[in-house]
Amino acid sequence: MEYTIAFSYLIASLLFIYGLRCLTHPETARRGMHAAELGMLLAIVGTLLHHEIVSYEYIIAGFIIGGAIGALMSHWVPMTALPQRTALSHAFGALAASLVGIAEYYTHHGHLGGFKITAISLEVLLGSLTTTGSLIAAAKLQGMLPGAPMTFKGQNLFNLTLIVVTVGLFGYLIFNPATGWAFYLMMALAFVFGVMLVLPIGSADMPVVMALLNSYAGLAAAATGFAISNNVLIIAGTLDGFSGFILSIVMCKAMNRSITNVLFGAFGSPAADAGGSAEGEMREVILDDVATQMAYARQVVFVPGYGMATAQAQHVVRELCDSLEERGVTVKFAIHPVAGRMPGHMNVLLAEANVPYSQLYELEQINSDFPNTDVSVVIGANDVVNPDARDNPGSPIAGMPILEVDRSKTVIVLKRGKGKGFSGIENPLFFKPNTGMLYGDAKESLAKLVHAVKEA
Amino acid sequence: MSPEEFIPALYIFALAAFLGYLVLTRVPPLLHTPLMSATNAISGISLVGSIVAAGAQHNTVGTWLGFIAVTCATINVVGGFWITERMLKFFKSKEEMKQKPEEKN
Repeated sequence: MEYTIAFSYLIASLLFIYGLRCLTHPETARRGMHAAELGMLLAIVGTLLHHEIVSYEYIIAGFIIGGAIGALMSHWVPMTALPQRTALSHAFGALAASLVGIAEYYTHHGHLGGFKITAISLEVLLGSLTTTGSLIAAAKLQGMLPGAPMTFKGQNLFNLTLIVVTVGLFGYLIFNPATGWAFYLMMALAFVFGVMLVLPIGSADMPVVMALLNSYAGLAAAATGFAISNNVLIIAGTLDGFSGFILSIVMCKAMNRSITNVLFGAFGSPAADAGGSAEGEMREVILDDVATQMAYARQVVFVPGYGMATAQAQHVVRELCDSLEERGVTVKFAIHPVAGRMPGHMNVLLAEANVPYSQLYELEQINSDFPNTDVSVVIGANDVVNPDARDNPGSPIAGMPILEVDRSKTVIVLKRGKGKGFSGIENPLFFKPNTGMLYGDAKESLAKLVHAVKEA
Repeated sequence: MSPEEFIPALYIFALAAFLGYLVLTRVPPLLHTPLMSATNAISGISLVGSIVAAGAQHNTVGTWLGFIAVTCATINVVGGFWITERMLKFFKSKEEMKQKPEEKN
């Protein structure tokens, strides 16, 4: 029996790795997921044979309730709500890890060795702070909490004390594993710390935070594996942890910021705009002229930002793309890594609107192509196309890689009003002679453009 | 957990981390969202720990904590794979798009 379980775990581990390996291409991705699902099934069936299990009613009840909630959370959630839904699942995963750790401590606290208490403490620490941190992130993304950074006086001192006390308790527990109060206090403080960690982070930095919480949730699962000596848990948790870690590095690079800057940037950051070269008049353009330009262009590149998703405009964009292609125009989409509220979010939104993935271009692929582009259409994006990031070392976003739309022959910016937009940074792109501003609701303007292009 | 158990576990952790680095850096940004939900589902494997906690009946507290943990982990396993599949169905190549132009998902 022991061997059956061990082999089911081994096969599950291999299938998980194979499944993730298949995610390197959209064609093989689904096959890989089926393999991973099979692996999961094997591991669960194997575990049910475990000799310590004497009753199944709570397990089955958990399966039914969890399965139902999981299905509900996945089948109907709109793709625009993916970030908050993913944040919630980080919370669930982390809570599960944390609870297993607490149960383990509660049951065996009298006789835990130094290694085991370290593993359990790490598991509960990471699990608890990820649970509350993810819940706050979900609430911010859902709009239940304000998206702006939330800070208060003495926050730094409070957080520092919190960290010192929590780490102190952790250290104390390693040498005094049987001290119940220290363990439960550490757990409680970790829950508080999760809240404090995410509160001061603004919505625009959410992609990094999402990836980071992903990483913590995975590491909590890996620590569970150490605590209960379970190899498949160590492997799966580590893969999850590393995936989150790699994604947060990718996101940070895309914003030219360090992880510390994202996490602690809200404290004492310069609030004022650092000047910038934005001067002159913004040129407003007429919709029919834009339609004509696009209809007779050789290549049109769309640059979607989060504003496109909030306006629910992705389907209209695709219609516009179709009518342009019918006229023989080459249409491409340029996707900045931080477009959207989580890594890769924009790609999913466009794929859902039936844009084939071969038309979605990454930053490195498309930037050299802008000089050959007749019209670039910026929809609800701002900072990711701000030429100041490239040209003005004094800009708050200096050094951030941008989509160089200003190198195309004409740029059309769809914008609701003349305001500065989300980050409050001036964008000189809007004042360039080859840029035209098309004000109004993006979805309406695009619908009119579809019509006008067909007429042209 | 004794040192004899801890060191092999550390080996597994280190090797999994290295393998994870090699495999995951090759996932294109196109699929980063499905990657996140897939790894989320896979780390729902903490279900195996929860199952033992819920079914071993050491004590009532342990059983209840285990029960909640089983529920949470199942949400992630079922929900994570489900939504990953839903997303991956969206990604079509140009050829697939032409074959079934107006297929609704």
